[in-house]
Amino acid sequence: MSIVQILFWVLSAMALFSALMVITSKNPVYSVLWLIITFFAISGHYILLNAQFLAVVNIIVYAGAIMVLFLFVIMLMNARQEGPTGSKRWITLAGTVSGGIFLLVLVAALKDSELKARTAMVMDGQIGLIKVLGNELFTRYVVPFEISSILFLSAMVGAVVIGKKD
Amino acid sequence: MQLTQRAKPVDRQPMTWLESIYLWNILKGMGITLRHLFMKKATIQYPEQQRTFSKVFRGLHVLNRDQDGRENCTACGLCAVACPAEAITMEAAERQPGEEHLYREEKYAAKYEINMLRCIFCGLCEEACPKDAIYLSQTFAPANYARKGFIYAKDELLIPHPVNERDAYLQALDDRKPQHSTLHTN
Amino acid sequence: MNMYVIAMDSWYIIEKLILIGALIGLSFFIAMYTTLAERKIAGWMQDRMGPNRAGPFGIFQPLADGGKLFFKEEITPTSSNRFLFLLGPALAMIVALITSTVIPWGASFTLNNHTVALQVADVDMGILIVFGIVSVGVYGIMIGGWASNNKFSLIAAIRGASQMVSYELPMGLALIAVLFMTGSLNMSAMVEHQMQNGWNVLYQPLGFLIFFVCALAECNRTPFDLPEAENELNFGYHQEYSSMKLGFYLFAEYINMFVSSAVMATLFFGGYDIPFFNEATWDGSPVVLSLLTFAAMMAKVSFFLFVFIWIRWTIPRFRYDQLMNLGWKKLIPLALINMLISAAVMLFLNK
Repeated sequence: MSIVQILFWVLSAMALFSALMVITSKNPVYSVLWLIITFFAISGHYILLNAQFLAVVNIIVYAGAIMVLFLFVIMLMNARQEGPTGSKRWITLAGTVSGGIFLLVLVAALKDSELKARTAMVMDGQIGLIKVLGNELFTRYVVPFEISSILFLSAMVGAVVIGKKD
Repeated sequence: MQLTQRAKPVDRQPMTWLESIYLWNILKGMGITLRHLFMKKATIQYPEQQRTFSKVFRGLHVLNRDQDGRENCTACGLCAVACPAEAITMEAAERQPGEEHLYREEKYAAKYEINMLRCIFCGLCEEACPKDAIYLSQTFAPANYARKGFIYAKDELLIPHPVNERDAYLQALDDRKPQHSTLHTN
Repeated sequence: MNMYVIAMDSWYIIEKLILIGALIGLSFFIAMYTTLAERKIAGWMQDRMGPNRAGPFGIFQPLADGGKLFFKEEITPTSSNRFLFLLGPALAMIVALITSTVIPWGASFTLNNHTVALQVADVDMGILIVFGIVSVGVYGIMIGGWASNNKFSLIAAIRGASQMVSYELPMGLALIAVLFMTGSLNMSAMVEHQMQNGWNVLYQPLGFLIFFVCALAECNRTPFDLPEAENELNFGYHQEYSSMKLGFYLFAEYINMFVSSAVMATLFFGGYDIPFFNEATWDGSPVVLSLLTFAAMMAKVSFFLFVFIWIRWTIPRFRYDQLMNLGWKKLIPLALINMLISAAVMLFLNK
């Protein structure tokens, strides 16, 4: 086994374990912290795929900014003592059904895809490097890129409007 | 009503945009602190250098002797009466034959205590004394771990013997005088 | 696997390990003596002497302070979350130490056909990694403040975190204007670029100013030290901390100062470039040149550390709403305008 493979397995195990801990932790603050570890593991995967830019941006945006806001909300609400509110049976049922359906969709989508031909190139491939990525984004994918930026702009305007109204 | 000409009216106008960047005022302030960096320091390096007290400084009490080394105090109690803080206590005793070289008059203070925690160093005892037996020196009470240590008994208050302990006596007299140099180094 | 790693280049690994060790030592050393400089300069600016009893000019004062912190009683509040209470200062320290890895500390030199770079990791993402790690640094404060189980700590932690998150934005925007000019995120490439074309601060004075203000806010330094505002929050997010855990928080702040000074020197002041001197014309030993460039870098870093301290003893603390106004309503628009103008000028010059 090469060092890359070992790293891959370690990171995968870390990502899966911490992802499981996110949903099994009783304390929501622990959940958020496990989620941050998950993001770090995923960033490690990005680095293995030579997508350094994505790795760093993943940490800056998700681990560094969004999870901080999550922590804000959880810490201020002080939600740790509260258990699940009212374990009604139909909620459990609805959860199971929707989860099962989601799994079905995933399996159906992945069953016919040619995974073999799409194996990610470990430590190879240039698409994740910032120059190549920038070129791709501003030439081939310029329309989706600009549309998504408009989406973000409108979201920002919306946030300002909501914030102004009181 | 203005007491001085130095009062400045406060400008309560809302800040302009440029002012709200704070930049210019911050730079001005930093100029001031930078100037202070090179100014003469006001510090006195205490144990090595000492600030002299003023001429009228009133410090620890000293019980006086005459030039033969006899105690001046006759335990008349005027100092204790004069003391506004009631810091002085004393017990009088009669001089026995053969003790003439110790006490100047027939009555003396067998016990003389000043509580330095109560004392306000006003100097009224010094003024009340008819025998020139007590005066306030130019030193102050050193720190102590216990309250008991601040109650000064007679042996701590008495000035050294002018004949038997000449050097210590002169030193004590020196403490009594105000020092004239602005700073003196030990 | 071990074979693989060793086969990679054992000399390379050893070199990097030495470099990492030296860097950590350097960070601690500089942080220690920044505390002394802080107290000394504070004294001088207030017409005092500053500490001068421990050794000549007080040079052993940091050791005395450290020793004192080590031997103080360590208190863990009963109602605190023990693991997270420990994790907070540890995280603050780790994050502060990691950041220095991507900064080039001096020109590389060749010794026995082996090029030694005075930089632990010369990665393409250089400056972005700094940003990433700094953004993770919020957790040290937040976790510590929350785990203390104290309202004041929590409020201070949330203040600190929101301050750091807010000021990362103008910082990033100011950085983008620099990136237009250097065309690379790699920090050693940035230094190379500045060696040839002059320091970035000449072209981006406004960008530097914004970056500097944001660096102050990121390090929680006065005038932005609201997280530890003692008059309203007692002592801030480390109120419940004592002994060396508190020491770690305070020390991490000084290491952060050191690293952000180094980042500013690298981004705007030519990094290890020796001013008014062309390194290519040096005909002496390359090792000496390396040391000289390192000295130039440290001189710049020291200057910035001095400015940090100077500002601390000049400017009073901002109010919280002023802080947020300055960040969101002044610095972000300014940084955006700065970015737009630089982009337009770059475009105009290239055409």
